[in-house]
Amino acid sequence: MSDPTSAEADAADDGSEDAGSEPDAPEIDLPSEAFDAVLDALADREPGEPVRFEGFSVARGADEDDEDAPVEDAPGEYVLADGDRPVGLSERELHEALSERAAAVTDWYTFERVVGEFGPRRAFLRWIEDADGDTVATRYAALAEGIERAWGELKITATVTDRGERRYDVRHADDAGVPVDDLDAYDDPLNARDLVTFDEQGRYRPLKTAPSLAGGWVFPDLGPRDLYEAVETIYPATVANWHREREGELDVTHWRETMERQAGIYGVVKTWDRGEGYEHVNWVAEACCDDSQCLKRREWQYDDETDLDVDGGDGAFPCREPCSVVVSAARKWTRLESEQPRTYEFDLTPSEKEQVEDIIDAVADGRTDEIREADTKEGANRYRARFLRAKLFDDEGNLGGVPTESAEE
Amino acid sequence: MQSLVIVAHGSHLNPESSAPTYDHADTIRATGAFDEVRTGFWKEEPHFREVLRTVEGDEVYVVPLFISEGYFTEQVIPRELRLAGWDVSEWDSDGLSADQATLVAEDIDKEVHYCGPVGTHRAMTDVIVRRAESVTNDADVGDGFGLAVVGHGTERNENSAKAIEYHADRIAERDRFDEVKPLYMDEDPEVDDLPEHFESDDVVLVPLFIADGYHTQEDIPEDVGLCEDHTEGYDVPETVDGTRIWYAGAVGTEPLMADVVLERADDAGADLGTALDDVRETTRVATGD
Ligand code: SF4
Repeated sequence: MSDPTSAEADAADDGSEDAGSEPDAPEIDLPSEAFDAVLDALADREPGEPVRFEGFSVARGADEDDEDAPVEDAPGEYVLADGDRPVGLSERELHEALSERAAAVTDWYTFERVVGEFGPRRAFLRWIEDADGDTVATRYAALAEGIERAWGELKITATVTDRGERRYDVRHADDAGVPVDDLDAYDDPLNARDLVTFDEQGRYRPLKTAPSLAGGWVFPDLGPRDLYEAVETIYPATVANWHREREGELDVTHWRETMERQAGIYGVVKTWDRGEGYEHVNWVAEACCDDSQCLKRREWQYDDETDLDVDGGDGAFPCREPCSVVVSAARKWTRLESEQPRTYEFDLTPSEKEQVEDIIDAVADGRTDEIREADTKEGANRYRARFLRAKLFDDEGNLGGVPTESAEE
Repeated sequence: MQSLVIVAHGSHLNPESSAPTYDHADTIRATGAFDEVRTGFWKEEPHFREVLRTVEGDEVYVVPLFISEGYFTEQVIPRELRLAGWDVSEWDSDGLSADQATLVAEDIDKEVHYCGPVGTHRAMTDVIVRRAESVTNDADVGDGFGLAVVGHGTERNENSAKAIEYHADRIAERDRFDEVKPLYMDEDPEVDDLPEHFESDDVVLVPLFIADGYHTQEDIPEDVGLCEDHTEGYDVPETVDGTRIWYAGAVGTEPLMADVVLERADDAGADLGTALDDVRETTRVATGD
């Protein structure tokens, strides 16, 4: 663990190309706020109790008895240990030593002081640069190139400044490679609220994790906390739930339990589960939770013991219980599905039957906008649909002239 | 670390529904009184079920952006936030006096202060008056004017009518408007017959709703006769049967609402510094333009 840091410092110093397998890390200037934060952290600790950085640690000198009056530049005021024999240092020498190890110190400062403790934020920002896997040198080299991560439809690019500060560019993945000047640039994460309200066609998005995020914007230069806020604004609570899942603490509430909890106008959804299987819930999941409809990975099932037969998707972040959109739709389906099937008789040509199927497919896949006006090969083409209606509907709009309710009712 | 969580209804269909929640959250954020201000919704995201896990602070104040005590504040929100041991008796309320209850939210295993809804707070009276000032663009409006406070009647929720009467009475006591009346959408005195209930030539109509939506943009304007069909729109003021009606739209969109949210947190023990004064100042109706 101690080698990469010094190797990196050397490589950066002489600019040699022969650093071997170790990537070229950028040269970092130690910012005064990072150095001051180290001094503060040491002041908060007992002598001998170290602040740990990658590859070394620093503590206040254990011999220093008089805590109230540390003598400026006294040798041995601080002790640095890096695997070799610990060395005593004055404050000035400590500054020098930390400047030589600026990458490790700024890394500590970023996560301990800028990012802070809050679990989801910290885990997310560490995940972006694989801070729990890679060494500082490897990460800083990768950050210098730009580390890219996907989160739903977002593309996040993390970089590091020559002061060791993280900066993040967030945009729609479809806008990868587009110059910042060609996009609408924002710096306040709360602006993201306006970016997620409507889709490309100006339609309201009731489900924030639907894959209908509009592009054309960028947060070109966010700090760590603002990155977290922007992501949580665009995809609310996804980081919090992803974090719980990583900690093995995701609290999944399955379909049955969620429906049982409903009351008021939604209370009726309980009655849809009749103890006769869960096929209806498969249909709900296929209708609403498929990756084509929602980027969350569905982790909820029918109940504790009964998994649904439908794939939950591959999203980075989990879905822990049926959402309000699904519960509302389930309320509608509970009513519709309480009807008994009956037999209607229509005469359709084979092509007409296929056309009805085409229309259902086109609506279900949200493709109606893509079907060109004159493309009469498409069953869901508007002229084709109008022709079918003209031919088969009576004046009341009944398909094949067959009333929905039979005459006796 | 002190956190404010504003919880509101939201909508699957109408983007205007959450707009006031975000606006008031922003106003409060700007005061710096809270280390963080989060929003949670019944029909939007983060959902009530998941909002608390996005909260970092250890002193958490939850304020419902709802008009009256009832189904949402007494059942839905406590259930979805998983407030352990919640019972409506915690509020010991007569339908208007819910203040706060401190309970452990099981989702985060932390105590939260669950406050009463904004709509029944005494400070809400000032927001209704402020709304009348905004819509008439007159910071002294009152003389020669009637004021109608409008909402659902008892049919949907007994407490909804209580809140309307409460504020109407308080405004009447101030002797500022020539007449102040509560009117209802589904019972007498009905908002449909507004001109019959007022003698004043000018009447400000303030609907006691949190956000603009179907009721405030379609239902009430059509019922009152401001327009035949809401898609045609209407003027402010619009004359109906000889009465000039100044239709204010949902009171919840008035910037001073942020003050009521703060008052709720204040009553529950939040440390607000000068935020209350700041918000009253920054949300004032501009005079003289
Ligand atoms: S219930 Fe389905 S549609 Fe709703 S958020 Fe979860 S995965 Fe998405």
